[in-house]
Amino acid sequence: MNRAAILWRVASFAVAASFVGLWQLIANLKLVSPVFLPGPDRAWAALVRGFSSGDLWSKLAGTLEHMAYGWLLASIAGIAIGAIIGSSRTMRTYVAPSLEFLRPLPVSAIIPVAIAMLGLTQAMALFVISFGAIWPIMLATIHGFAAVEPRLYEVARSLQMSRLAVIFKIALPSASPDILAGMRLSLTVALILSVVCEILAGLDGLGHWVLLSARAFRSADLFAGVILLGVTGYVTSVAMSLAEHKLLAWQAAQR
Amino acid sequence: MTAGSAKALALPLAVLATFELWARATHLQSDSLAPPSDIVVALFGAFADLSILAATRDTLFSAFAGLAIGTIIGLAFGIAFGISDTLNRLMEVTVEAIRPIPSIALLPIALIALGFGYRMEIVIVAFACVWPILILSRAAVRSIEPRLMEVARALRLPPAQRVWKIIIPAALPRIFVAFRLSAGIALIVAVTVEIAINPLGLGAGIMLAQQALRPDLMLAYLVWIGAIGYALNVLLVVAQNRLFGRAALSGADR
Repeated sequence: MNRAAILWRVASFAVAASFVGLWQLIANLKLVSPVFLPGPDRAWAALVRGFSSGDLWSKLAGTLEHMAYGWLLASIAGIAIGAIIGSSRTMRTYVAPSLEFLRPLPVSAIIPVAIAMLGLTQAMALFVISFGAIWPIMLATIHGFAAVEPRLYEVARSLQMSRLAVIFKIALPSASPDILAGMRLSLTVALILSVVCEILAGLDGLGHWVLLSARAFRSADLFAGVILLGVTGYVTSVAMSLAEHKLLAWQAAQR
Repeated sequence: MTAGSAKALALPLAVLATFELWARATHLQSDSLAPPSDIVVALFGAFADLSILAATRDTLFSAFAGLAIGTIIGLAFGIAFGISDTLNRLMEVTVEAIRPIPSIALLPIALIALGFGYRMEIVIVAFACVWPILILSRAAVRSIEPRLMEVARALRLPPAQRVWKIIIPAALPRIFVAFRLSAGIALIVAVTVEIAINPLGLGAGIMLAQQALRPDLMLAYLVWIGAIGYALNVLLVVAQNRLFGRAALSGADR
């Protein structure tokens, strides 16, 4: 980073800090009732208190756990199913239109069905989160497989590679940018659905925490939970970008 | 019917027929599943007593009101950030700090501030819709042909006219793509808020059907919600092709 860029960053942080200052001012002057809007000082104090008593740690761990399990399951299943559908033209013509039809369905609408089947349990949350997160990954995999340079397939045929070898050695690597982009989209979906499931089923996690805080009008705890959810969203997406960058380094070098 | 669409329909029809036969043969008694014919009957029943239409109206009202507010806010900031690089750089940290907050996390805040009802749902939908519009319209404004801006300068258009006569028309195709994405998000968020907590609309309807142990009605709602999502998507894609044709494609894959 050169000097000008650093200066811009500093200025940008200063602007953000002044917004926090404005928030503090509004809270101090009680322009909005403190029942709804705690100042940043109280939200910060609630964060510190929550972490030092260990409450927030366990809630954060709960949400991360729901998110990670659902997302990993969706990634594995999505890539596997996507690979099966994407690598066969017959499957593509018969199955892909149905998937395209289902795609605009708001995935949260599956929650009542999952509750009816599995009850208000961890299994329900896992099912809902992975069902929601599977779509971007699966569709990206199908698209990536369909868009593989046809000459690579010709090479595979002349080398008489088996179908599995074609998938692992040719199609997966060349579809990996699509797949990773799909996995990044799914991360957000998984976080949102984790929160919804925690709210509905009372599962241990930040979603449950913010709802309980709201019910008890503990607005500082509520804001602490929301800030933590924002941080979770930010950190996971940055981590995913870094992973993407690392995993795709070979492609960038090729060009 | 062409061969392509026949093949596309083969799988869903086969699944439905198998399920119907299996449910009839085993005399299915379940709280979570119902044979397709019962679902169709339940859907007609819900239409006949207008309950599903009222729920649809409530959901679409909240979704579109939130979408409209989110679009206006997102567009205003997106165009401002696109025009002024200074402003964009100064606001960068603020935007990146607020954007990752999952929209649904605001639900409890909106709940204590506004209570149950349309208002809290609209606020959450609007929050969710602001970001795609802001990011994509900012990118659209930045990618406007520089010569157009030179023309505006040469004509000494005042800033308001510059935005209205040059920037918005030039960026409109890509802004519409952003709007289409946001419309899908608006419907998803509205239904999610209703399922999670708000006793209103289609989401509340499907939750009630589940709690009343009416799997046929619950699945009828699910089918209907899916149909609305599909119809909205098709409508907006057709509108995009009609209005902008190829112009929108340049930004569609972003």
